[in-house]
Amino acid sequence: MPDLLTRLFRRRGGDAGLSCQELVELVTDYLEDALSPADRARFDAHIAGCEGCTMYLRQMREMLELLGELTTDSISPQAEADLLAAFRDWKGAGGPPA
Amino acid sequence: MDLVVRWSPVMMRVARMYVPTAAVADDVVQETWLAVLQGLDRFEERSSLRTWVFSILVNRARTRGERERRSVPFASLAREETDGDFAAVDPERFVGAGTGAGAWAAPPVRWWEEPERALASDEAVDRIESEIAKLPEMQRLVITMRDVEGLSSEEVRSALDISETNQRVLLHRARSKVRAALEDYYADA
Repeated sequence: MPDLLTRLFRRRGGDAGLSCQELVELVTDYLEDALSPADRARFDAHIAGCEGCTMYLRQMREMLELLGELTTDSISPQAEADLLAAFRDWKGAGGPPA
Repeated sequence: MDLVVRWSPVMMRVARMYVPTAAVADDVVQETWLAVLQGLDRFEERSSLRTWVFSILVNRARTRGERERRSVPFASLAREETDGDFAAVDPERFVGAGTGAGAWAAPPVRWWEEPERALASDEAVDRIESEIAKLPEMQRLVITMRDVEGLSSEEVRSALDISETNQRVLLHRARSKVRAALEDYYADA
């Protein structure tokens, strides 16, 4: 795993800390636990002192919560009934159509 | 039966990537469930049931896709969709060159106040769904499988046959776009 922040710092010409604009690009790696321990520490250090990024991370988590609730809503009762009927027919007929 | 109801829609979407018509995808999903039922006693819990079901699905869909002369190479689609510059947040939202460059100029704000959870309104859900529908194919699949259906990154990688890095980049782009759309929604609401 390449050290993302190290590369960013190099580009910025020194370890000047993580900017908000850089942080938002690392949020998925952070949530996926894909940052190196050093990068994670830098990320946490920035978050601790930055209200905007704290809010950004919070929005992301809230969005994920909403996405997790989509499943049941996105399959209509009609679609579910059709699917169940289709599988009953299929089992009754002894197998899938050729 | 619960599993059939829960997994079949996303299995249809995956199968549809390999085969030319929805009808063929439907066949593939049904064949997969049959193979699962027949093979259940051979299933050893070395992998999760879901990983096993999706690997059967992908193998069958791929074979069928080759026979029907349409096989979309996920790897090249993934390459396409992870290529080029990407900004999770509009660069205008940050301070430009000079002191404080890259800091928030227009920081994100709270979407709703406690204790009400206005977030879960039907309109917000509609907005999320329409944004997901607009995503490029691989990004749509990855966010649907991971965040809507709750599959693990391992399961998604093996089902789509893409690298861990590609999976994460696709997920990042998809999530960033959906968050931005929700932010727009709350700004207008």
